[in-house]
Amino acid sequence: MVDLALSEEFSAVSSREAALKRFGRSDMRFRLMTLGAALLVVAIFAGLMVSLLRGAWLALHTFGWSFLTTTVWNPVTGKFGAFAAIYGTLISSALAMLLAVPLGVGIAIFLTELCPRALKRPVGIAIELLAGVPSIIYGIWGLFVFAPYFQQHVEPWIIDAFAGIPYLQDLFAGPPYGIGTFTAALILAIMILPFISAVTRDVFETVPPMQKEAAYGVGCTTWEVMWRIVLPFSRAGVVGGSMLALGRALGETMAVTFVIGNAHRINPSLLAPGTTISATIANEFTEALGDTYVSSLVALGLILFGITFIVLAAAQLMLKSLDRRSGGKAP
Amino acid sequence: MKPVLNRLAGIALGAVLAGAAGAASAADMTGAGATFPYPIYAKWAEAYKKATGIGLNYQAIGSGGGIAQIKAKTVDFGASDKPLSPGELDAAGLTQFPTVIGGVVPVANIPGIKPGELKLDGPTLANICLGTVKYWDDAAIKRLNPSANLPHLAILGVHRSDGSGTNFIFTNYLSKVSPAWASQVGAATSVEWPSGIGAKGNEGVAGNVKQTKGALGYVEYAYAKQNTLTYIKMINHDGKAVDPTADAFQAASAKTDWAHAPGFYVTLTNQPGANAWPIAGATFILVYKHPGDAAKTKQVLSFFKWAYAHGDAMAKSLDYVPLPDSTIQAIDQSWHKNIDGAAVP
Repeated sequence: MVDLALSEEFSAVSSREAALKRFGRSDMRFRLMTLGAALLVVAIFAGLMVSLLRGAWLALHTFGWSFLTTTVWNPVTGKFGAFAAIYGTLISSALAMLLAVPLGVGIAIFLTELCPRALKRPVGIAIELLAGVPSIIYGIWGLFVFAPYFQQHVEPWIIDAFAGIPYLQDLFAGPPYGIGTFTAALILAIMILPFISAVTRDVFETVPPMQKEAAYGVGCTTWEVMWRIVLPFSRAGVVGGSMLALGRALGETMAVTFVIGNAHRINPSLLAPGTTISATIANEFTEALGDTYVSSLVALGLILFGITFIVLAAAQLMLKSLDRRSGGKAP
Repeated sequence: MKPVLNRLAGIALGAVLAGAAGAASAADMTGAGATFPYPIYAKWAEAYKKATGIGLNYQAIGSGGGIAQIKAKTVDFGASDKPLSPGELDAAGLTQFPTVIGGVVPVANIPGIKPGELKLDGPTLANICLGTVKYWDDAAIKRLNPSANLPHLAILGVHRSDGSGTNFIFTNYLSKVSPAWASQVGAATSVEWPSGIGAKGNEGVAGNVKQTKGALGYVEYAYAKQNTLTYIKMINHDGKAVDPTADAFQAASAKTDWAHAPGFYVTLTNQPGANAWPIAGATFILVYKHPGDAAKTKQVLSFFKWAYAHGDAMAKSLDYVPLPDSTIQAIDQSWHKNIDGAAVP
């Protein structure tokens, strides 16, 4: 009897040990699998860097730093410089952000605080659908619908309005082509708007209602609640959503190619045709003949990689400094 | 956990095997290169497969890619819109021959001007593209069109932004007729345009020209024909004004002395002949003179021989221009002269 009880106890202990071991093994397997997935990302990144550097080496070696600072892009003579494309990429994305961020945050505020219940879902769904439209659709729409309207009804008005004002008249100088850097920025703004407003709306909804109600309770206006309670609380999310949008704007290819005019020139006027890094690569890669030409296009890709990296790093730094200023209490 | 993983692995393995079995069978030819002739090569290949059972796997990755692939010997033939120079061909041990002709047509949007009403000559067209002729009522254009009612409207040049054979043919023509263009810009699949805007693809150029008053662009013949754009007559090498028609493109090839052009290094621009359209060009196939696999190259040449004999109607239905018989004879002779006997059908 005693023996039996002992052996039963013993077997229970040993089966528990076996179970623990089994759990340990499966934990280990799971850990290795996730580690493998994480390492895969690092390996892909490293492979990408190596192949970009190898591809770009000839161009960087041939042109040196002048590749970054010259605007000449001549496949016939084999002289290439990336400055016009870099300039176009930065200007079109910056303009798009300038237009889309206030608008996107405004939409999110309306949806979370002011919108009548019946309208909330339809507007929210419409925004999410906009985010799913393929970029080629924006490109074709931009070229065939938006550009002609813009050319005939908006651009002449802009050019007239700013004529005679120093600096601004150069920034908005004619002739009205309908396509150009400004049109590309507008199309980009429409494309990134849903990213900003969808992410921002989601983070606004994570603000504890108690805080907002308390603020309303002490007599704050809606504007004060948004500006002093909601925005500080959800700062990280808003910046994150905006950076996601900026990433898309910097790399956007198809839509931009259709409406930017694809000219390797730097023109002070925003209405004039320009080009971007990704548009240049998409346009010229297939029929690029000659090693330096192909290498220069790969080098453009490397530069875009660098720009994206700098933008992401700057966003992280910005978030950190914001946190420090508010005493590190950000969520 | 484990059985699930095993099953997943099994599915994955099965998919890989099925994929391998579904890939091109060994008897098929492979080719890569130019995008411009892709629709007609695909159509010929489909008909050829029905007739002979041999398929063609053609990847339209662009001329640059096609040249690189044939040099790397990963395909049986390469295809390029821009012919390689005799020096380049010799260095790589390649030979080339044309397949179909493509024409490039200037199109414009001028209020009050109908298709074919306006005519231009090469030097004037080059000066417009250089930006030295700025208005439609410029003296140079008026001189060629004394009866046309030309408005004082700025000319907006619209060019192809994507590297293309169309660009090469157009800039090659401008280089031949304008020393200023040749020295300042040159001829290539992409060039540094001195003025105007770049639009993506034929559809982009056609769209911009249609929308913009005063625009001048150029598109492939098929595009000009199907979109009823306001085309411009060109004054050719012989001083005659011609309309862009299939016959006019063929005429450009007919008078060309292919037989004495080493490696068919000819662009059909500014060719002699009263009816010849001046802005035309052929697209080319690249094969090895001394192929490693003679049987494979023979297959490729047999395919194109069949296409020359039976493919004209198909080419015309897609608005490509078939080569004239004299050119096809010259191609056959060049095969016998340049390529190993075992590889020539």
